[in-house]
Amino acid sequence: MIPGRFTYHRPASVNEAVQMLTSLGENARPLAGGHSLIPMMKLRLAQPDHLIDLGRIAGLKGIRQEGADIIIGAMTTQAEIIGSDLLAEKAPILSEAASVIADPQVRSVGTIGGNVANGDPGNDMPGVMQCLDARYGLAGSSGTRQVAARDFYEAAFFTKLGPGEILTELRLVAPAAGHGWAYEKLKRKVGDYAVAAAAVTLTLAGRTCTSASIALTNVASTPLLAVDAAKTLIGGNLDKAAIDKAAQAAMAICDPVADSRGPKEYRRSVLGVMVRRAIERAKSRAR
Amino acid sequence: MTTNATKMRVAMTVNGRLVSAEIEPRTLLIHFLRENLGLTGPHVGCDTSHCGACTVDLDGKSVKSCTVFAAQAEGSQVLTIEGMARPDGSLHPLQQAFHEHHGLQCGFCTPGMILRAYRLLQEHPKPTEEEIRWGISGNLCRCTGYQNIVKAVLAAAEMLAGENRKEAAE
Repeated sequence: MIPGRFTYHRPASVNEAVQMLTSLGENARPLAGGHSLIPMMKLRLAQPDHLIDLGRIAGLKGIRQEGADIIIGAMTTQAEIIGSDLLAEKAPILSEAASVIADPQVRSVGTIGGNVANGDPGNDMPGVMQCLDARYGLAGSSGTRQVAARDFYEAAFFTKLGPGEILTELRLVAPAAGHGWAYEKLKRKVGDYAVAAAAVTLTLAGRTCTSASIALTNVASTPLLAVDAAKTLIGGNLDKAAIDKAAQAAMAICDPVADSRGPKEYRRSVLGVMVRRAIERAKSRAR
Repeated sequence: MTTNATKMRVAMTVNGRLVSAEIEPRTLLIHFLRENLGLTGPHVGCDTSHCGACTVDLDGKSVKSCTVFAAQAEGSQVLTIEGMARPDGSLHPLQQAFHEHHGLQCGFCTPGMILRAYRLLQEHPKPTEEEIRWGISGNLCRCTGYQNIVKAVLAAAEMLAGENRKEAAE
């Protein structure tokens, strides 16, 4: 399969990329790692006239700390997320989630910016970013702005990214030191999207849960922040009853589609299992 | 820089040789290697970035060349199975080990398997069996059941470690 014809652009800076995207109009697409876009172009699900390759813009790479914020450049690959000492120390859920995305070759090219900007409900990082309450930095012709991951997703493949805007970075405040975390994903095989997946972070004081955040992947047209599920955990001691109640609350808000991964009821049930496991593992890791 | 939709020039180093060609921007790296350069070792398998038959080494990373435009590899270093043998013509330890341990039947996945295993052994010179299985999880083999492939990669790791010890002693 060979993609349709397009004109190739290789900007050297974010400003140049934004100018190109603005002047070329809606048939121009930014190209990050290309591991969602190129397969879509082969199938003619995407037929851009212009591709703007972000691969040579040095400012879009790398992971750094700036005050309270950890900043991840949009063109950072999943493999670089896994290899980051800073993230391993401050937000290890990112490495755990990146490790269950696709396979080694795809992770060495696929980027975190592409993963969150595409709006594919099957992607794992949008839910993780909602769990961590990350913000996305967007650059457009009228300047830059930040949008919370929790507000970014409108429907499958529809996001708050405006015409002519590029997602340049992800910003997050690391969860408190000693927090527990887990990303639990059931997939049929390496490379598959989740049947259902859940991201959990929480903190404990003694045996009491003092904060919790839960987000769900691929069980609706957007990632879901499971606010009520997290609330049921706070103030309790994370016993079986509390975990069951949280899983029920998460299952109540999900609306998976029936597909080759199974009927709705099965996927909702799996989601409950993922939430239970993620809470239990996060609890076991919290100090 | 901007090209037009029908022609652009790309240049990269493939198996140590600087190459350049006029291509359409939509040319995938796998087609550039196979059709422009005549390097038919990397195979087109699933064409959907699942099977790994098209795996090559690009700037020190394993990539699926069916899902990378040649234009993205401008100025890069590419290694394919054709570049694996030693300068004296002898087989690379991975090639030797696949031969000795019968790490293939039909051979279709082999160039991608070997290139993936090459990078895996750069990153993990002494992998466990489990690390090898996860490491090659993006490469499908429909013949072998992977047993002999894993044996071959373990054996190649031993051979490479032996070579390094010998070099260090000299």
